[in-house]
Amino acid sequence: MKDMDKSFKKNTETEFPLREELRPYTVTAPDGQVIEVDPLKDYFCEEPPKVHRKSYVRIVEDFYNWARAHSLWILGFGTGCGAIEMRPLMTPRFDAYRYGIQWRPTPRQANLMVISGYLSVKTLKRAIRAYEQMPSPKYVVGLGSCTINGGMYWDSYNTIKRLDDYLPVDLYIAGCMPRPEALLAGFMDLKKLIRRGEGEGANRYAENFDWYKENQKAVIKDWDMPEYNW
Amino acid sequence: MRELIERLTQRYQLGAPTFQREGLTFVDLTANDQLRSILLELRDKEGFTHLTLLTAVDWLEEGRFQLTYLLNNRAANQTLGVRVFLDRDVAVGETIHDIWPTAETYQRELREMFGIDFPGSPRVNDEFILEGWTDLPPYRRDFDTLAYSQQTFRDRPGRATTDPRAHMKHKLYPEG
Repeated sequence: MKDMDKSFKKNTETEFPLREELRPYTVTAPDGQVIEVDPLKDYFCEEPPKVHRKSYVRIVEDFYNWARAHSLWILGFGTGCGAIEMRPLMTPRFDAYRYGIQWRPTPRQANLMVISGYLSVKTLKRAIRAYEQMPSPKYVVGLGSCTINGGMYWDSYNTIKRLDDYLPVDLYIAGCMPRPEALLAGFMDLKKLIRRGEGEGANRYAENFDWYKENQKAVIKDWDMPEYNW
Repeated sequence: MRELIERLTQRYQLGAPTFQREGLTFVDLTANDQLRSILLELRDKEGFTHLTLLTAVDWLEEGRFQLTYLLNNRAANQTLGVRVFLDRDVAVGETIHDIWPTAETYQRELREMFGIDFPGSPRVNDEFILEGWTDLPPYRRDFDTLAYSQQTFRDRPGRATTDPRAHMKHKLYPEG
């Protein structure tokens, strides 16, 4: 690379200290009992995600997949510029609701996460939290070239390049930015993919949980949340 | 504007002014300890009541930072940029948050992105945009953003880059 400083070495030695409110501390109760509190452990469940097994009977699993494909509830989480391309889908012109696709305000009510464009490290942390709070089976769609290989942010110090290093991506919609029509086509493809039984993102996340966590922690220096956000 | 600069030159150590265009002038202040008094005079006596922005330039080769205080006089439709220089190795500036409260945010940003400290400025050491940043301040020119991104984020193979000049030349004149 022509403009690159070959001698530049990233600082990998400095650890970012844990925030003060998250460090373990002790409380003395009125009766003299000393209670140790570890905020990151005590307030959260430590259970890692589990693989959701397929039904033993093929026709039952096909029925499940048919039903899942018709209930895509998107988390209203906009990152980057692509969020603006989702808005026209909620209008009468494109009307995604006729395909059973709708937007929900909280992760607990959604099963499809659309990463709509570039993802900075700071936003990645929130995206991971939101993704892990969604109920299984859940799907991730990467929108735009930034989620595929960094796009125009290929040399940015604060923007991730490959989304599938951090979250299990089921489908990419290429373009910079893709038009709402491309999104609709992408959602149709996702439906076909789910009906074929290939929408296994949540299971891949559970199987390769350690690998995903390693990648996530390599870029998120101030990890101030539990291993798995229920 | 010229007469204002002439008046100021009598009492402050100013460099040669740059008249960028109608209503926009830049002037260097060579004595850093006069910064507060010149800004106060401009605000209270000369009508430059608005701090448009406070920004920095990293002159790596000269080993110094340039701070630009861009002041606006709304009534006269005049903008004046006062530039001061800081040593790059020390990089400590004087806080002006008590003159313009908005400067507090600019100083926090400069602290994080350039590593210029402003002692006494409220919340100057808090995180501004970055979270958990442990490397060099990213707007410093000795921070190589491309090298950093290649050492941090994994590439997806198959990405091709075309030089726009060579591409257009080939497209417009295929025979050469």
